[in-house]
Amino acid sequence: MSDPLIEMHNITFTYPGSPRPVFQDFHFQFFPKNHLGLTGPNGCGKTTLLHLIMGLLRPQAGNIVIFGQEIKQDKDFIPIRQKVGLLFQNPDDQLFCPTVMEDVAFGPLNQGRSPAEARQIARETMESLGLRGFEDRVTYKLSGGEKKLVSLATVLAMQPQLLLLDEPTTGLDENTRHRLIHILQDLSIPYMIVSHEPEFLNHTVKECCHVHGHCCQPTPVPPEGKEV
Amino acid sequence: MSIQEPFSDGASVVHRLDPRGRIVVAAIFAILIATTSTYATALAGLALAILCLALARLPLRQVAVRLLVVNSFIFFLWLVLPLTYPGDPVWRLGPLTATRQGLVFTGLITLKSNAIILALIALIATVPVVTLGQALHQMRVPDKLTHLLLFTYRYIYVFEQEYRRLVQAMKIRGFRPRTNLHTYRSYAYLAAMLLVRSFDRAERVFQAMLCRGFNGTFYSLTTFSWQGRDSLFLTASLPVLVGLVFLEWFKPTLL
Repeated sequence: MSDPLIEMHNITFTYPGSPRPVFQDFHFQFFPKNHLGLTGPNGCGKTTLLHLIMGLLRPQAGNIVIFGQEIKQDKDFIPIRQKVGLLFQNPDDQLFCPTVMEDVAFGPLNQGRSPAEARQIARETMESLGLRGFEDRVTYKLSGGEKKLVSLATVLAMQPQLLLLDEPTTGLDENTRHRLIHILQDLSIPYMIVSHEPEFLNHTVKECCHVHGHCCQPTPVPPEGKEV
Repeated sequence: MSIQEPFSDGASVVHRLDPRGRIVVAAIFAILIATTSTYATALAGLALAILCLALARLPLRQVAVRLLVVNSFIFFLWLVLPLTYPGDPVWRLGPLTATRQGLVFTGLITLKSNAIILALIALIATVPVVTLGQALHQMRVPDKLTHLLLFTYRYIYVFEQEYRRLVQAMKIRGFRPRTNLHTYRSYAYLAAMLLVRSFDRAERVFQAMLCRGFNGTFYSLTTFSWQGRDSLFLTASLPVLVGLVFLEWFKPTLL
């Protein structure tokens, strides 16, 4: 098997002011080409795991290796964030520009693209997600489902090599959920999904991990659930 | 409900001007009129503002509503200033005395405020907030200030929704505001909760921005194009603004 994309060893993480650590001597590996579901009860550390990978939270102990590079300090995360996309639980946290076009172009502009290139990338990304004609819509006036898809577009516009999705189906209607399933099935990059919906995970991932304090061991998803 | 920008879409001469030129002219105009102490300058300013308004072809009813809001504040000045300003008494009512200087002064304030508001409505309110932020950014206004403007615009609506949710949560549990400690305490909790939530949200938004490679600088998609008509507007405005200064200097006495 090839080298893991993400390796976490002996991670200890406690939220400030909390008596109990979320992770204690936690081990985790994520391999290329994998589509992984993260499950577990509320508060077991699924979102925390994603935030540790992005460097939004720093562990008190342990080491993290991403794309073969060991993360030693905060600034090591800067190139990582250019390659890993994180879709937040709440799209209102993710969409902060007034218009959709500006929001989708925000990432590419930060990657050093020219305004014209960023516009082009944003347009292509939106098109691939079926969001044609959304360019000048005002982000806060979008519906919940539209916000979610636009958030996904903002992340995909950065052409990430790995995608992390935090409860992407919360608040979505059946239709948008199906759209999301198809979008994910068509993606060529590895991804990890935090979700409480076994049925959604059946359609989108190959393995599931039950996250708890020490480790998270993948178990394959039964193959019969694969067809939509 | 959300913030409305009723004046920002339009196709008038004013709407087509480059926002940067409009900001410069409006800023100079506002400063001149705010510092003037003569009726002649204030009246000339009001006339110019009305001219701009006419050029912008805005819905007059909505302009009137805005003016009403501003003038309701000024109404309180009329209640207080003429009675407290020292000068020659004009009329008395019991212990209260209105002075001529007080009336003149309050009238001047009224004129000046309306002139400035009208000019700002015609020149600035016709720029969409987003474009305004970007124009200010291009004019080298400090990043922090333009970010503040843009983020306020984006999130004020979210906070309003959050506020409504909290108020609903209070209502469905039978809360009715009264004049008692329970009411005050509940409102204090409401305000505090709103603050805490706003703070948390700000943090999450910042994290989401970091994840998308934010490094403290905003790169804008909008490029403004300064055209012939913008130079014309600026060069035509300058002598008018200088004229206002001269008017102020020579102090023609109207009153």
